[in-house]
Amino acid sequence: MPETAAQITEMIIIAIIYLGIFSVAGLFLVFMERRVAAWFQLRIGPNRVGYQGLLQTMADALKLVSKELTGTVKADKFLYNLAPYFVIISSLMALGLIPFSKSFQAFDINIGIFFLIAVSSIGVIGILLGGWASNNKYSLIGAMRSGVQTISYELSVGLSLLTMVLLTGSLQLSEMVEVQKHGWLILQGHIPAVIAFMVFMIAGTAETNRAPFDMVEAESELGAGFHTEYSGMKFAYFFLAEFINMFIIAAIATTVFFGAWLSPFGITESLPWLGIIWFLIKTFALVFLMMWFRWTFPRLRVDQLLTLEWKYLLPINLVNIVVMALIVWQKLTIQF
Amino acid sequence: MSVTGKYFLNSRKGAITQQYPDNRDTLKMFERFRGEVIMPHDENNEHACTGCQKCEIACPNGSIEIIWDRGIDEYSGKKRKKIDKFVYHLSLCTMCGLCIDVCPTDAIKWGQNFENSVYDRTKLTRVLNKPDSKLRAGIED
Amino acid sequence: MQETTTINNFKSEEYFINMGPQHPATHGVLRLLLTIDGEIIKKVEPDLGYIHRSIEKMCERDSYQQIVHLTDRMDYLSSHINNEAVCLTVEKALELEVPDRVKVIRTIIGELTRIASHCLWWGVMGMDVGALTTYFYGFRDREMINDIFEETCGARLTMNYNVPGGLMWDIHPNFVNRVKKFIVHFKTKIPEFDRLLTENIIFQKRTKGVGVLSKEDAISFGASGPVARASGYSCDVRKYHPYSALDKVTFTEALQTQGDTFARYVVRIQELWESLSIVEQLIDNIPEGEHRVATNAVIKLPKGEYYQKVETARGELGVYVVSTGTKNPYRLKFRSPGFSNLSLLNHIAVGGKIGDLVATMATLDLVIPDIDR
Repeated sequence: MPETAAQITEMIIIAIIYLGIFSVAGLFLVFMERRVAAWFQLRIGPNRVGYQGLLQTMADALKLVSKELTGTVKADKFLYNLAPYFVIISSLMALGLIPFSKSFQAFDINIGIFFLIAVSSIGVIGILLGGWASNNKYSLIGAMRSGVQTISYELSVGLSLLTMVLLTGSLQLSEMVEVQKHGWLILQGHIPAVIAFMVFMIAGTAETNRAPFDMVEAESELGAGFHTEYSGMKFAYFFLAEFINMFIIAAIATTVFFGAWLSPFGITESLPWLGIIWFLIKTFALVFLMMWFRWTFPRLRVDQLLTLEWKYLLPINLVNIVVMALIVWQKLTIQF
Repeated sequence: MSVTGKYFLNSRKGAITQQYPDNRDTLKMFERFRGEVIMPHDENNEHACTGCQKCEIACPNGSIEIIWDRGIDEYSGKKRKKIDKFVYHLSLCTMCGLCIDVCPTDAIKWGQNFENSVYDRTKLTRVLNKPDSKLRAGIED
Repeated sequence: MQETTTINNFKSEEYFINMGPQHPATHGVLRLLLTIDGEIIKKVEPDLGYIHRSIEKMCERDSYQQIVHLTDRMDYLSSHINNEAVCLTVEKALELEVPDRVKVIRTIIGELTRIASHCLWWGVMGMDVGALTTYFYGFRDREMINDIFEETCGARLTMNYNVPGGLMWDIHPNFVNRVKKFIVHFKTKIPEFDRLLTENIIFQKRTKGVGVLSKEDAISFGASGPVARASGYSCDVRKYHPYSALDKVTFTEALQTQGDTFARYVVRIQELWESLSIVEQLIDNIPEGEHRVATNAVIKLPKGEYYQKVETARGELGVYVVSTGTKNPYRLKFRSPGFSNLSLLNHIAVGGKIGDLVATMATLDLVIPDIDR
């Protein structure tokens, strides 16, 4: 087999594997969200299809695939159809960078974390397009809110990660993990790292448009926000992308703050294949935290959302970076 | 968060929701539950409706129609009012309970059936007295 | 609509948006015509009539016993209190003295209805500001009350338990026990409501200073119930014109002075405590006696005009009957609390964001069938 053909085959295989991960993770997250929400709300949740309802979302996906695609007459057809792909492709691309374990990472580029932030913000273009092209005022309001929100909170996500980059000295994700062999970064960087983590979680929740920052969908205000006019599989793309984005935010937090695939205090260092399990445990713990936020807090108003970002999170972040720089300079980090 | 967290941890103790239709067999309504109007018949296929039509007058929606006739009462031998058909339109009924409240002979009662939906609208119009049923002896207006 | 305004040298255009008749925040088939500039609300025009069933006209057709069940369908969340209003009017016109037992039971069930209504409101309030879990906690406690009603009255929502002259049946033997169990249960739940929503910083930010209604405006718009009491206008019918057994109990009227959305919220939470204490005072002292006074099968009110008002969960409900001495009323008019409370929406929502409008509407606690009748 010629070398190029081999490379292309390899790429295709990897792509298929990642698509598999994507759909399984997305469907499982939807299921998990529904069960967790049900338990918070004293309900039982889906438990009919498959063992404990595990196949429920699969059935829902089948239903959505077989549904008729409807749209508004006056919609801008080209942009309307394009929008879901922007959203889904951006989240799929981001998934490729996540270091599930030492050897399980699709591409490990030297600007890893920067690339992640950049890619995950492409998704907002899809939301804006979708809101604009559906020719619906509610969608438009939702899309505009989304634009405002994502652009603002992008800053906090970037800056809080930058704080941690000061500690690692590298943007490459695998190197960031190597550094954490001497203690997870949240321990190494102690106070500023904890602050950075909290800011990251708030901003990350906002960037994925989840409650309490779900201004974009804001059910009681806008009906369904930007995807009001979407149906069938196109709606499912938006829906899946939202959950994958949540997974990605949690995965970034795991990688940067909680040592990715590293076990706590290296207890299972001799068994490298356990890394992926550790990674998933940590990620799902953070995903659970985000779900807990969602099912507890009321939604912010759109102006309060911006006040929170520009008047509180951003100044805190900037001060935090300076503090972190001082700590790194004075070698006050905790290392084992 | 503490409140929702507490409930999350306690969620195994049981949900507050009803597991309908899984509990269809065990689900029991309270005895006063107003599901539908029924006319109880005893083992001799006898009911207690004298056809006085008080319920028909009391009903605000016209959901009760009594088709009656006069006939010889076999117990007393006198000519008196007899019901031919006690027609009950469930689709018009608002479950106000005035007919049962006003009935002097307790001929009609509340049924505890809570699954009243049907596929065919004609099924909602019911004849409450069974075929060939008779008035129970000793029931007077 | 094409009017352009210039604010700080930036031109902005106002546009119309239809909120409802199918919208999660309008709680029914209310349609609001919003004029919006970006996110800021310039004008709110409620459009009514989507669930108009001409109940008042139907009342002119019906006998006085039949009218009672129609009022279930007005404000379905306080159906017992609506029934009570009609029955009190008829009893007043007939100069019929109902037994003490009836009065006490009516009051207990009325207050339980108020608690149930406020529980539902609390859940929906949380949902309107985005906290979805409150809905289920509110419904859990409402469910207990509904079970009590189902056991005693036969129905959960449209109870029709009152008849002119008393109650349709006597209370169920389990009633007292169940209510006592509920009181114990609910006393631990109201602090939980507070912890979950009232003390939440986001919720307070969303509601404080939003949709402010001054006392003068509350009076001039004819507001009543918790909406008016949050503005410092003391107007509790239970206090000023006690009916049934309400003159035997001691309770304080929930009052706040700020008049904003948060004050309306707090007033309702206080009312939960007050209603609970009223039930607690009465539940052990249900006097023995008849549950019903016999009336004529055909009730004919003497010629004249009669008015009776009660305090429903939403405010003051008035029943005005004009009788010509026949078995049907010549004219029957309901003064429903929701209608007057809705009229002030435009006044207090203008200038706020869409989110503010939703929060304000949630605290007005609108029930659309009550407005349209």
